[in-house]
This record gives sequence, structure tokens and C-alpha cells, in this order.
Amino acid sequence: MYLWLIPILPFLGFLINGLFGRRMPKSMINVFAIGSVTLSFLWAVKTLVGLSPLETKYIEHYFTWIQSGTLNISIDFAVDRLTAVMLMVVTGVGLLIHIYSIGYMAHEDGYYRFFAYLNLFMFFMLVLVLAQNFLVLFVGWEGVGLCSYLLIGYYFLEQFATNAGNKAFIVNRIGDFGFSLAIFLIVRQFGSVDFTKVFDAAKPMPTEASAGILTTICLLLLVGAAGKSAQLPLYVWLPDAMAGPTPVSALIHAATMVTAGVYMTARSAALFTHAPIAMDTVAVIGLATAIFAAIIGVSQNDIKKVFAYSTVSQLGYMFLGAGVGAFSAGIFHLMTHAFFKALLFLGAGSVIHALSGEQDLRQMGGLRKYTPITFFTLMCAGIAIAGIPPFAGFFSKDEILAAAFERAPWMYWLGVFTAGLTAFYVFRALFLAFFGEYRGHHHPHESPASMTLPLVVLALLSAGGGFINVPRWLEPLFPVKTEAGNEWLMYVSVAAGVIGIAVAYVCYIARPGIADSFTASLSGLATLFDRIYNAFIVVPVVTISRVFLWRGVDAGLIDGIVNGAGSRSRGVGNILKLLQSGNIRSYAAWVVLGSVLLLLAIGFGGATR
Amino acid sequence: MPTSVPMSWYLILSAILFGLGVAGFIYRRNIITVFMSIELMLNAVNLTFITFSYTLKQVDGHIFSFFVMVVAAAEAAVGLAIILTVFKNRDTLMIDDVSSMKY
Repeated sequence: MYLWLIPILPFLGFLINGLFGRRMPKSMINVFAIGSVTLSFLWAVKTLVGLSPLETKYIEHYFTWIQSGTLNISIDFAVDRLTAVMLMVVTGVGLLIHIYSIGYMAHEDGYYRFFAYLNLFMFFMLVLVLAQNFLVLFVGWEGVGLCSYLLIGYYFLEQFATNAGNKAFIVNRIGDFGFSLAIFLIVRQFGSVDFTKVFDAAKPMPTEASAGILTTICLLLLVGAAGKSAQLPLYVWLPDAMAGPTPVSALIHAATMVTAGVYMTARSAALFTHAPIAMDTVAVIGLATAIFAAIIGVSQNDIKKVFAYSTVSQLGYMFLGAGVGAFSAGIFHLMTHAFFKALLFLGAGSVIHALSGEQDLRQMGGLRKYTPITFFTLMCAGIAIAGIPPFAGFFSKDEILAAAFERAPWMYWLGVFTAGLTAFYVFRALFLAFFGEYRGHHHPHESPASMTLPLVVLALLSAGGGFINVPRWLEPLFPVKTEAGNEWLMYVSVAAGVIGIAVAYVCYIARPGIADSFTASLSGLATLFDRIYNAFIVVPVVTISRVFLWRGVDAGLIDGIVNGAGSRSRGVGNILKLLQSGNIRSYAAWVVLGSVLLLLAIGFGGATR
Repeated sequence: MPTSVPMSWYLILSAILFGLGVAGFIYRRNIITVFMSIELMLNAVNLTFITFSYTLKQVDGHIFSFFVMVVAAAEAAVGLAIILTVFKNRDTLMIDDVSSMKY
């Protein structure tokens, strides 16, 4: 089925735009960038239609990559039902965001660079989801990290953008460290990195009641997933990553790349189900992240920051789902989240575009009159994320919460509380931006069609995406537990969403200003982890580097050795240069002296032959 | 060789000639004289070669001495050219005045 075409097409787009884009007109850049992703999307659709119903995994073997002893790692791509969902999300949402970018980036410098990086990202993301072993997945994993870094630092003339890029890259290194250790352990334990072999070998293994090899592997995988998917305690890079252009925030930092951790966890479900301790850790971390990020989200005034914390929080939900064993619900939420969060970001981008770069919610207001399409589509996204039926977020969130209730009721109640908070802060942002009177001093205008069209498509998906029954589709991979039939669970979570919206309405439309001091009091939480890391990691590292490594080792020891060798040579040279008198007779005398000494040495020392 | 001159005489003569060459090389200040001293040393060595070659009835020493002569001839050509150039440029043949290669 030529699976390799799916990632290679965007890669070709990257090569063409990256190498020749500088001299090409924008229309040609558009053709290559959007054309390659469109073809990739169509090819993915054709492949999946051809392979349906995809009861078993379809694997394509290309070539052996690494052959060392008994370890054989090959470049394989594979499609199963999980990959199919990811393929559709990545290429579909990716395509919409590419189209949107035409309008959004129209006035930016380095237009070709942006699309080249975006295409490169698509390539790596598709490699990630198509991979049939851990190492190829890791290649895609690192590649999307690279593209994330490049695109966060897209406005590289701004100090904060380059800093944010570095932060994202460095924090991800910590996660990748855990991930690579996990891969090493898998090689050691199973002698292979191939998904089928590893998971088949793991199936007969006993479930580990206490910590064992599988628990270790899963916890290390979780470290990797927490880095990539911005979970506590490694979430700190994602809010800063908003320094990149808004389409990047939508594609990479909301819809696709940050969900790679969830995908990887679901992919490794065969390992996780044998390690209940690791599962519980996943669930607790997910839940903690969901609540923590939601609380911070309440306090943010930058529209993109609100949605960034919302992303962190929703990713926490997905991990909660995976952690309580409802992998299919996690993937379901991944998909619906890709729709409504991409929409939220693109809508935010449309607002920012309308206001010529203004991102502060306090400088917005009343925009529904000026940007009606953006307003309606964003309301769809808001209702979807708040979990109001029949919008997409309701179905996936309900699945996760129901599974959490079966695992432990307290997880459910905390999840419901988070759902209420989510509805509150998203509608706080929407009410601040679209209702009331306009408070800024730009001239708002609706965005061009290339931007509003993806908004409308995503709004339809956010509204109707919940009817795509992903858990049933994934049933061959992740058996769904029998529904307990607790219908009141559903009513409670919907009520939480409605209450959240109502509170937001009261605080920001009916009585504007009454919650300002409360939200401001929470803003300290946003920098909590940054301050902790600064105090306990960054400052000590910088101090040790400066005082010990720089002044001590580098300037003292290494420079001392080098300079010492130099100055000793000069000293010896200063003495030896006296021989170089320029007086030929003295040279001759030295020659004679030398010959005499040589003769004496041979004579007395004995020419040993 | 009952009536021939003993080998030691040749060697002593050769050593004396070589010593004179070394002394001239070190103590003389005129470049031409220094140059002649070098030739003297070379010829003293040649004499030793020939002596041994004759005594031991081996041809190696002859060959060596021819080589030395060739080198000496070449050296004379180059050396005299250098001396001429030095004299042209500096109007002197005193070896101590030519010391611009000092440190």
C-alpha cells in the first residue's frame, strides 16, 4: 500500500520549500506545502479505505536498519486501528492548519521557512504514528521535538521566543532521557524493539503486584510521555511555547505533537496493563496535571496562555483515561481534543490577527460584532471542551470520567471539578474577548477565507466529532469494560460544565469585575514550578558552572595547563636562543664539541653491536 | 708489504691534516680560509678511506672517497657562489661581520 508515501510527501514539500523557497513566490510555496499535505491526507484516506475494516495489523517491511548480534531493528511501518485514528487526526487537522496558515502568516517574514518547518513536522509526526518499533517511533519523537523547537523560536529576533524554544528543547531532553532508558531496558528484557514481538512477549508475563522490570519500563516510558505531553512536573515548557506563531500552537502544541505521549502510552498498553503501579502513577499524574493546569488557566490574561494551560489540563485527562485502563477513551479524547483545541487556537489566532497582534484579553471585548464567524466557531469549541452534549468533548470526557469512577470515585469527583473549572476558564476567555464593549484601540476585522474555512470545518468536527465511536473502533485493541450504566455520572459531569459556564457568565458578563481579584490571586501558581526549578536546579547549576566549572576547572585548570605549557616553552626557548649567536665560528665550535662528545660516547660507552 | 710505509703513518698524517682543518675552521676569520679548511678536512678523511681500502684490499673505501670528492666539488661550487654574493652585498669577507641571523 506504499505506506511510506504518507510521510515522504510532506518531506518532499519540506525539501523543495526549504531549499528553494527563498526565491519562490508565495503562491508556489503554498502549492508545495499545502499540496504535499493534501496528497498525504488523500493517500492516508485511500490506504485506510483499502485496508478497512483493519481487523489485524497491516505491516510493511522496508529494510534492516541495525543488525547487531541477535538484535535486529528494521524500518517498518504499520497500520492498525490506533494508527488509523492518529493518521486521520494528524493529516486532517494538519491539512486544515496548513490552509489556515496561508492567511495567518501572509504578512510574516520567512514565509517559506515556516512552511518548510511545518512540512518537516508533518513528516516526523507521521513517522511517529506509523512506526512499528520503539526506535523508529523515537526517531519521529525526536524529530517533532526538533520542529517544535524550530517553530517556537520562529520569531528568533525576539529574546523570549528563542528562550522559550530552548526551554522546550531542554525540558524535553529530560523526558527523552527517560524514554531512551526505557528502550534500553526493553532491548535488554525482550531482545527486540519491535512492537509485535515485545507485546507478544509481555502478554504471558505475570501482572506485577510490586515493582518489577515492567513497572520500571513503564515508569520510564511515563517520564518520556510526561516530557512530550507536558505533564507534571515537566509541563513548564508548554505555556512558554506559545511564543511561536499561533498555527504552530494549534498544530504542534495542542492537536498533534503533545498528544504523542498519550499515543505512546496507549501503544504500550500491553506493558502498562501488567504494571498496575505504573498505571496508578499515570492516572495520578494525569489527574494532578489536569487540576493544577486548570486552576492556573483561570488566572491567565493572555488568550493563548489560557488555551495552553487548557491543553496541559486536557492532556492530563487523557493520561487519566489511560491510567485507569480506558486507553480507548484517552485516544477518543485525544481526537476530539485535537478538533476543539485546534479550533480554539486557530480562533484565538484569528482574533489576534483581527487585532493586529493583540493577545491580552483585557484589551479585547465585544468582538462578536466584528468577527462573527470566529465568534460562532469558537463558541462551538468552547461548548465542546466544556463537555455539553451533543458536542464532541462530552462523549470523550464522559468515557474517561466513567472509567475513572470505576477505578476510584475520588478520581471521578476531582475530574468533575476540573471539568467545571475548564468550562469556567474557557468561557471566561470567550466572554472577555467577544462580549461587552471593545476595550482596545485597534480596528478589528474578520479574517480572510483561508482562515475562516478551517475554522468552520473544525467547528463542524467539534460539534459532531463525538459521534465517531472511537472506543468501539478500537475495541479489538483495547477491550471496553462492560458499561456499569451509571447514568447519573453523566448528568453530574454535564452539570459541572453548565455550572462552570454559568459562573463565567455571572463573573464576566452580568457583573464584570467581581472575580478579578480572585483570578489575580491565582496567578502566582503559574510560575510556581518555574520558581522551584530556578531555585533548586537552574541557580545551583549556573552557580556551579560559573564558580567551579568555569573559574575553577576551565579558567584555572585547563587554561593553566595550556598557558603553563606555553610559558615554560618560552622560558626554555629564551635560554636556548643564546646559542643562536649568529657567529659562524661559535656554531663550528659547537659542531666540533658535539662530534668529540659523540666519539667519546662511542669510545667509552661502547658501540654495542 | 715489507718495504711499504706503515699504515699508522698514513693515519697520523690524516689526523694531523684533519686537526689543522678543524683549527683553521674555528680560528680563521676569513671566509675563504674557512672554506679551504673544510676542504682540508674532507681530504684528510679521504686519505683515511684510501689507507684502509688499500690495507684491507677492499674497494669500498675508494668508492667512498669518490663520493666525498663529488660532494666536495658540489660544495665548492655552491660555497664559492655564496661567498661571492656575500662579498658583493657586504664588502667584507670577515666571518664575524656576517651575523644577521642572530636571534
